[in-house]
Amino acid sequence: MGYPPELKKLIQNVERTRPERIAAKKAAREFRAMTLDERNEMLHHHPDYREEGRRELIAGPSKGYRIAHEYCEILEAYSRYNPEDIDLNTVHYTTDVLVIGGGGAGTAAALLAEEQGAKVLIATKLRHGDANTMMAEGGIQAATKVGKDSPYFHYLDVLGGGHFVNDPELAYTLVTEAPDIIAWLEDLGCMLSKYPDGRLKTMHGGGTCRKRMHYAADITGAEIMRTIREEARNRPDSISVLEFSPAVDLILNEHGHCEGAVLFNLETHEYLIVRAKATVIATGGSGRLHIQGFMCTNHYGATGDGLTIAYRAGIPVRFLHSIQYHPTGAVFPEQAEGLLITEKVRGAGAHVLNIDGLQFVYEREPRDIEAAAIIRECTIVGKGVPTPTGKFGVWLDSPMIEILSGAGTVRREFPGKYILFKRYGIEIDKEPMLIYPTLHYQNGGLAYDNKGRTSIPGLFVGGEVGGGVHGENRLMGNSLLDVMVFGRIAGKSAASYALTEYKTGRLQLDHVRRYNRELEAAGIPPSKMAPMILPDYSNPAVRKRQLTTDYHGTLRE
Amino acid sequence: MSDTQASKLKVEEPLVPIFVMGKRYEIPASLTIQKALEYAGYQLVRGVGCRGGICGACGTVYRVPGDHSIKVGLACQTVVERDMRIAVIPFFPVNRKVYNIRDVHPGPEIFAQFYPEIMRCMGCNTCTKSCPMDINTMEYISAAIRGDIEKAANLSFDCVMCGLCTARCPGELAQYHIGILARRVYGRYIAPKATHVREMVGRVMQGRYEDGLRRLMATPIEELKPIYTKREIEPELSKDEWAPKSAENL
Repeated sequence: MGYPPELKKLIQNVERTRPERIAAKKAAREFRAMTLDERNEMLHHHPDYREEGRRELIAGPSKGYRIAHEYCEILEAYSRYNPEDIDLNTVHYTTDVLVIGGGGAGTAAALLAEEQGAKVLIATKLRHGDANTMMAEGGIQAATKVGKDSPYFHYLDVLGGGHFVNDPELAYTLVTEAPDIIAWLEDLGCMLSKYPDGRLKTMHGGGTCRKRMHYAADITGAEIMRTIREEARNRPDSISVLEFSPAVDLILNEHGHCEGAVLFNLETHEYLIVRAKATVIATGGSGRLHIQGFMCTNHYGATGDGLTIAYRAGIPVRFLHSIQYHPTGAVFPEQAEGLLITEKVRGAGAHVLNIDGLQFVYEREPRDIEAAAIIRECTIVGKGVPTPTGKFGVWLDSPMIEILSGAGTVRREFPGKYILFKRYGIEIDKEPMLIYPTLHYQNGGLAYDNKGRTSIPGLFVGGEVGGGVHGENRLMGNSLLDVMVFGRIAGKSAASYALTEYKTGRLQLDHVRRYNRELEAAGIPPSKMAPMILPDYSNPAVRKRQLTTDYHGTLRE
Repeated sequence: MSDTQASKLKVEEPLVPIFVMGKRYEIPASLTIQKALEYAGYQLVRGVGCRGGICGACGTVYRVPGDHSIKVGLACQTVVERDMRIAVIPFFPVNRKVYNIRDVHPGPEIFAQFYPEIMRCMGCNTCTKSCPMDINTMEYISAAIRGDIEKAANLSFDCVMCGLCTARCPGELAQYHIGILARRVYGRYIAPKATHVREMVGRVMQGRYEDGLRRLMATPIEELKPIYTKREIEPELSKDEWAPKSAENL
């Protein structure tokens, strides 16, 4: 275990250059950050710019839009069942607000909807809280430091990081709601890291002009998720949770309003009908589609199901042409491959280094730029560090943090990663980590507005499944913020709609039939079906011997 | 290769036998237990979650031959060992108190009041030995018994709520729910308040930043870029008290 001798030898290059790099850092002599023009040039090395990685959608509301093949596959796919077989007269669950997805956005939505007086049903694919929110490590941005920061500067950073194409209203809502989110979390009992006088500790992330990343050690998302989940569980009379029950389609009524969903019980394989006055889609991201074959940091359930079911119902997608590759995913050891190394490690000053132990990029560029620079260094420049399994990576010099901020800092600030790497025989306070960009975040998604509304009355969106707030690139710490801000807004809007505007009608799945016909006319083969629900990690050798097994898409049934 | 497609691993890798709930499978030696199950032919629905060691879905117990002791790990983090006997424990029924965080009295009696079974702790330390996160579980339970909320909160902080402690506790305690109770009570009532957050919320509500923000929102991209580029950057090694040269838009 630990680094093999050939990598240990290369680590000597890092150690040799370290004293000089530390001296420069202490003297505030940083590696030069790129100009906007240089950034534009560097972006050509980003996977989003590989034309062969994408194609035009040939069906649905965003027909003609060029996005990754893997997205086209789940958007241009038939329903998992025959709509003729569904009896919409037999309703299995009735509620005011149905929340699809039990992650950060879904749970925040449920809490706020409940506070408006609505009965809420959360339907989630795996367990309540099994979500990317749980995995977010670095922190949550908010301008809370009076005198040095404000939503104005947060807004500038959001736009600059997003290539200035973000939806301004959504970005405005994100940054102005942010301080209140931190207050809310503190009231719910989240243990955010603080100074002894109560001031919250904050740090930089890539592309921030002020230290506004709040955190709870290196498990910020887990601390937020387990706290709000606990809060939802403490309101059992008005918030119910259906686990292992992914939604496979929305139900519209005769007026074209959303009035519930078809669920699939993952354990008994029954299809069940929920009738709801309003529905929130909070299904999260799609890293498990493994766009362009990239390794990913995401949760097992991140298969973009919400995109599929809403797109089929007529909601367009936007900004889905841009995907976030986190610059620092573990590339060694093999067992940890793809695992996220929080940006906080760079925020704390750790340099990114090539095989010679030399810097080739400023460590706090926005994520897309940093990732592109690392990919370029390993491919075009050829200065990547080879791994024993034939991949390439670059060093992330975590031991620097010990020297910059005092012995014990790495262990104290990054306890999760410290323990994890120690299990693999690597002490990250003494040895650097080997990293490579990893598929991390769906920048784009369903079109929605600053009240969480979509073009379908009764259908609301919150969190990673929506697109627009981050433009073409999300900054660190704005995803936890996004799920909290827009999860809460979607829940509030949905409850208000359910209790005042809702108009009942005959339940229908005509939109599903219509879309299936559109696909047929476009020549899409009938074997394609979505939502995916679970990624395909089956063993081909085993599959060959499963002579009587049916795979319905990727699911064994 | 994507991270979890175990089946695509190089075939020349040595195989080792493992026993899944007693049944033998041959598995490449570098795989985690979770990927080993997929390699063996399982499609996981239960006992799988984040695949990154933080969600607590895949608590696992195992033994290796010649060793009497029960070992624990998260299936997504633990590499297989030759001849290991494994069982993933995806769920364990547990007693949880429903409470309203706004109404609780944050005193030392809260643990005994909500979870009277905590007094059944016999100090056997099995919970600590059962923790895949290397948390000193018994120590935080002891702190809770003494009513030391802060200590129980801090010591339980890394808990992923997998429930292995609870599954093995002879006193039938739900340690991980006691832990989160401690953390929430500490976070809400005992930790010093971040007053600057409320101050900023007030400023936002008063509309202090409204004009500046609306101006930015109406600025064309090409004019926005120089504003962005020229914004003052807080130095990395500055103290929290740092202030920018201009107080504009603050």
